[in-house]
Amino acid sequence: MSKPIIIIGTGLAGYNLAREIRKRDEQVALTLVTRDDGAFYSKPMLSNGFAKDKLASDLPMANADKMQQDLNASIHTHSSVTSINTQQKIIQLDSGETLAYDKLVLATGAVPIQFPMDGDAANQVLTVNDLQDYAHFRETVAGKKSIAIIGPGLIGSEFANDLAGADYEVHVIGPDNAPLGRLLPSEAGNMLQEALAALGVQWHLQTLVTAINKQQDQFRLSLKSGNEIIVDVVLSAIGLKPDLSLAKQSELQTNRGIVTNRYLQTSNEDIYALGDCAEVEDLVLPFVMPLMHCARALAATLTGEATEVVYPAMPVVVKTPAHPVVVSPPPFEAPGEWEVEALPDGVKALFKAGEDLLGFALTGSAVSEKQALTKLLPAVLP
Amino acid sequence: MKKWQCVICGLVYDESEGWPQDGIAPGTKWEDVPDDWQCPECGAGKDDFEMVEI
Ligand SMILES: Cc1cc2nc3c(=O)[nH]c(=O)nc-3n(C[C@H](O)[C@H](O)[C@H](O)COP(=O)(O)OP(=O)(O)OC[C@H]3O[C@@H](n4cnc5c(N)ncnc54)[C@H](O)[C@@H]3O)c2cc1C
Ligand SMILES: [Zn+2]
Repeated sequence: MSKPIIIIGTGLAGYNLAREIRKRDEQVALTLVTRDDGAFYSKPMLSNGFAKDKLASDLPMANADKMQQDLNASIHTHSSVTSINTQQKIIQLDSGETLAYDKLVLATGAVPIQFPMDGDAANQVLTVNDLQDYAHFRETVAGKKSIAIIGPGLIGSEFANDLAGADYEVHVIGPDNAPLGRLLPSEAGNMLQEALAALGVQWHLQTLVTAINKQQDQFRLSLKSGNEIIVDVVLSAIGLKPDLSLAKQSELQTNRGIVTNRYLQTSNEDIYALGDCAEVEDLVLPFVMPLMHCARALAATLTGEATEVVYPAMPVVVKTPAHPVVVSPPPFEAPGEWEVEALPDGVKALFKAGEDLLGFALTGSAVSEKQALTKLLPAVLP
Repeated sequence: MKKWQCVICGLVYDESEGWPQDGIAPGTKWEDVPDDWQCPECGAGKDDFEMVEI
């Protein structure tokens, strides 16, 4: 029997790649390996689970058995890949088992960024980056009243909206001047900040958490500003970084992510990468839309039709129903300026270089212009 | 009012909410959503949505 294509990871990247491969080739041998239980679920739903009334057990759309049948693939669950032998083209699992591959795909996702903090409870901070984390998070917050979210970025703001909407007392802490500071011009960030404040969110911006200590059944957060916050639960949303562990160990080229060309090929010609772990032509884009474009292109390549990935403009929708936000950030270090127009209930900000539209940030009622403006944007990777 | 879910990424289209960001008013039935509408999360077409009981 010929050696399979092996995909490490069954997140949206791994499973959608497998699906796209099957659309093109029903025969090619396909194996997936994952350290979790292999349930197929939508990760973006982890940050609006209260609004959508979803517990962890409600989220899987299919379990590993069903995926195995649907994909006509062999799926190894609860198995960590511990090393790759690139010479012999074999991967090693933590069970001791080895699997030989024809082509290997890394779809291993991202890991939460750790942020050094003092205190006897610094290690009790929750993060939510997979279904298991989410199950633990929902169990932990059940019956509690207050929560501190560290990190006023995209995911932190989404959790803040979701939890405040479910009547929690929510505190958000971070060094930025306004939420989504890295993505939005300040006028737009301020609108989001006010809307979430109206929902009850308490902002502690331009400061950091320096220590977290236990105080009876609660946590006491010490801020650099000198303030203290006492809450029942602490959630970190300071961000994710590509998981480089396997790639580094196998001496694949890495930078911020696992470096690939437009064929999603790493520095080893038989190994590919996509999704949150990958850096495609200098771009690390940890969102669903880019990984879908990669999955379609890579499926074509792996089934015999070498295909470069093309990224159109891909605005990001921030799930903050209290004040919706859509943003298409301008290319890194692109010359140009924000033109900001304040509307009665939103902000329309266009990032322009001369007449050319390079990015936008729309909030509140302005989000209705998303489609029209997206058509005017240049492709991210033409 | 029904709900439709993208089988690729799990996004849910709720007829009662519509998708105002793409100009689809609340209450818009699935069959009245334009055929070229794409999943705002992953770019899948309408064919990749299934009706779901939620
Ligand atoms: C709370 C939250 C909300 C989000 N909301 C949005 C949104 O609204 N819109 C959007 O576009 N994006 C959103 N994102 C980002 C989006 O969810 C991710 O870009 C996407 O899910 C990444 O998929 P992935 O398959 O690359 O990684 P993952 O889903 O992290 O999958 C990684 C897989 O690799 C496996 N794995 C890792 N290492 C090993 C190993 N050594 N051996 C075996 N298996 C291994 C894991 O078990 C897992 O199956 C959100 C992310 C989060 C955390
Ligand atoms: Zn989708």
